[in-house]
Amino acid sequence: MEIPYTVQARPDTGVYNAKVGMWLFLASEVMLFGGLFSSYILLRVSALEGTWPTGLLSVPLGTINTIILALSAITTLLAWVACKARMFDRFKLFQGLTILLAIIFLGIKSYEYRDKFTHYELVLKSGEIADGHLVRREANGDVVLHGHTVKEHAELMNGRKHVEHRELTIPKDQIVRMQNYGPWHNTFLATYFTMSGLHALHILGGIVVMGYLWGPGSRMWKTDPERFTNRVEVSGLFWHFVDLVWIFLFPTFYLI
Amino acid sequence: MQATTYAPHHAHAHEAHHADQGFWRTYIFSTDHKVIGIQYGLTALCFLLFGFFLMLMMRWQIAHPGEAVPLVGPLLNALLGDVAAKGIMSPDLYNSFGAMHGTIMVFLAIVPLAVGAYGNYLVPLQIGANDMAFPKLNMMSYQVYFLGGIIMFVSFFIPGGAAQSGWTSYPPLSMAVPTDGQTFWLIGMVFLITSSLLGSVNILATIIQLRAPGLTWMRLPFFVWAQFTASFLLLLAFPPLEAAGVMQLMDKVAGTSFFLPTGLAVGGNLANVSGGGSPLLWQHLFWFLAHPEVYVLILPAMGIIAEIIANNTRKPLWGYRSLVYGALAIGFISFLVWAHHMYLTGMGTKIATFFQTTTMIISIPSVIILTCLLISLWGGSIRFNTPMLFALAFLPMFGIGGLTGLPLGFSVSDIHLHDTYYVIGHFHYVVAPGTIFALFAGIYFWFPKLTGRRMSEYWGKVHFWGSLLFMNLVFMPMFIQGMAGMLRRMSDGAVQYSELKLQGVSGALSSTVIGLNNFILWGAVGLALAQIPFIINLFWSIKHGEEVHSDNPWEATTLDWQTPTPPPHGNFLTPPSVYRGPYEYSVPGAARDFVPQNEPQKKA
Repeated sequence: MEIPYTVQARPDTGVYNAKVGMWLFLASEVMLFGGLFSSYILLRVSALEGTWPTGLLSVPLGTINTIILALSAITTLLAWVACKARMFDRFKLFQGLTILLAIIFLGIKSYEYRDKFTHYELVLKSGEIADGHLVRREANGDVVLHGHTVKEHAELMNGRKHVEHRELTIPKDQIVRMQNYGPWHNTFLATYFTMSGLHALHILGGIVVMGYLWGPGSRMWKTDPERFTNRVEVSGLFWHFVDLVWIFLFPTFYLI
Repeated sequence: MQATTYAPHHAHAHEAHHADQGFWRTYIFSTDHKVIGIQYGLTALCFLLFGFFLMLMMRWQIAHPGEAVPLVGPLLNALLGDVAAKGIMSPDLYNSFGAMHGTIMVFLAIVPLAVGAYGNYLVPLQIGANDMAFPKLNMMSYQVYFLGGIIMFVSFFIPGGAAQSGWTSYPPLSMAVPTDGQTFWLIGMVFLITSSLLGSVNILATIIQLRAPGLTWMRLPFFVWAQFTASFLLLLAFPPLEAAGVMQLMDKVAGTSFFLPTGLAVGGNLANVSGGGSPLLWQHLFWFLAHPEVYVLILPAMGIIAEIIANNTRKPLWGYRSLVYGALAIGFISFLVWAHHMYLTGMGTKIATFFQTTTMIISIPSVIILTCLLISLWGGSIRFNTPMLFALAFLPMFGIGGLTGLPLGFSVSDIHLHDTYYVIGHFHYVVAPGTIFALFAGIYFWFPKLTGRRMSEYWGKVHFWGSLLFMNLVFMPMFIQGMAGMLRRMSDGAVQYSELKLQGVSGALSSTVIGLNNFILWGAVGLALAQIPFIINLFWSIKHGEEVHSDNPWEATTLDWQTPTPPPHGNFLTPPSVYRGPYEYSVPGAARDFVPQNEPQKKA
């Protein structure tokens, strides 16, 4: 039994099945990220004065990642073009490049996550707040930070303001509360980790699918090149959507 | 570009195919849309019964608070421990049963039955396709649904028990209840949503791509249009709830505060959360799904009813185009009404006015559909068989459900009725004697196609009259209780607000209103008894029902009846072509009183 229109387009709709399926799936993805972006907007406009940090993320790293994804959008397109032109070696090259760029993106992303998880805010007995990256914990429980101290919590909300960082040793008995910049720290980080994390899962999914098509899945090239080309096209559609989400995530979290 | 190979046609084609692939590939990991449809159907019917039993136990607790549940009390105690000590339902247990009754009925029973079972089994048959567009994905969506069901079910047995915060799971309450059941609920929901998404993509792609030659959009049976619209609702309304589910899961396991406000106190102590979240945000995201979900429940039901009414009145549906455009209009407008569930949140009058207006507008296409179905009866020589009885009862029952919704759509009256038993009565009229009657009708109607045998008409009628009577005995008194001000979700059946406890207090619930609890209990017991003939009939008739001697025993026009019985792998013996609309009954001049869609037009 064979299902019609798996390879050739249906004349009156002009598309093959998998393409319809992917567009429908992407419509639901738009609603998924749409729900998250709407939540971000609602949470941000209702945030109390001085509780929403800006400039917390590294713009240069974000820019590099944006460029990487933009490049991967081009390579994934070229991989499909190579399939259409029946040039298998070029497909291998560009598909491989796309996967490589995706992995570099995730590498940079994990570095950024690590930077946040090693960033601590310490509320001290004096009421002051020490903020900075953890250098080490001494054996006696004292904490060594590379950072600065402020009087008010609201002073930490502008990450773009340049402040002198130095090494601070904070005695154990001075610490009231110590928390790193994980999703639990504030609502900005909660939205950042949830949305960029979900996006990273999509990148990971893309790597798995495109890796399969690059590796074991490419055997179909010999038996059914037309169908294989369709698969590359459909995975490319998904990949462009993932890129597009990042185009919205980048300004939302890094710039504004 | 039609399929080229078809299963051979002989009496045992079905069995022959099964033998080819072995038990596991045929019944468990099948990619055949019909097997998957039956898997969905049986699983969902089990959950339907389970959800009903939960409610039966709760009705006992409401009518006899603090008394041990008869028959199953010791079992509850043995399985669940202290929350059911001595067989008495504790308020905590009552809360989890209530939350899980709603969740199970909506997400594990009705939707999988209406869309998963009916959509999977019938859509490819009615459009003349040999399977769904993506058979492997289809198998996966059932498995993901099943896993989600397991996760929900298991949560009853963990320490602390299942989720306790209603099927709506409003935070911060859902965060404050000390049980991991909520985490199970959220993970289970993510599975169920994923399954629904995969399923809806599949049904939509199948309808768009695999219609038989000649089957244009306006020749589709109304059932297919209803599934099409319902699938679009699932596709676009569910993802925001998935996003919300992920956020609440983050609140639960990663300590975020998406839905937890600053200064939240739990049990008199300041909660250790970063704050800054918004409980209202959850309500918006939840109802953005959950209102369209209501139409996911009702549209396939209307589709089933339309098929059965056209077949048993032996005349075309009245206003086919109005039905189609009505369904599409419902689908579209259902995205614009969600905040009518939230009038009590203190929204501004301008916003409330907007949602009241859209809510009134959406009642128009619903009324159009119901009216078309009603007028379709006019002048027909109606066959009163079991499916038709259920279909006919659907019309007034859904009518009551719909009309009682209007006072809830206006913020002025809703403020009195909100969260009372009136609301329970309203939506149960829509879903229970509404959708569930349609699903029963469909089971009796398509049973001969699945098995080659009919279910017993006599016991079918017993089932019907019993269900109709007891459904109304259960749900009608709820309107009275609700208008008297009796709140829902109270484990003592509102005794604490009654004259029994508050003597001489004005507005206290009268003993008549409280007494209705006992009345409803026995109505529910009667409803349970009325299902016994159905269950026995369903299984008994598979082997012993009256055999049908035609592939088309109801003399229907749509393509699902033009297949062998039961349809083999690949469905049709030769690829069907369609030459006419779906409801050509009693065409003047035709040889018989029905003309199948695949019968070529005679040359003039």
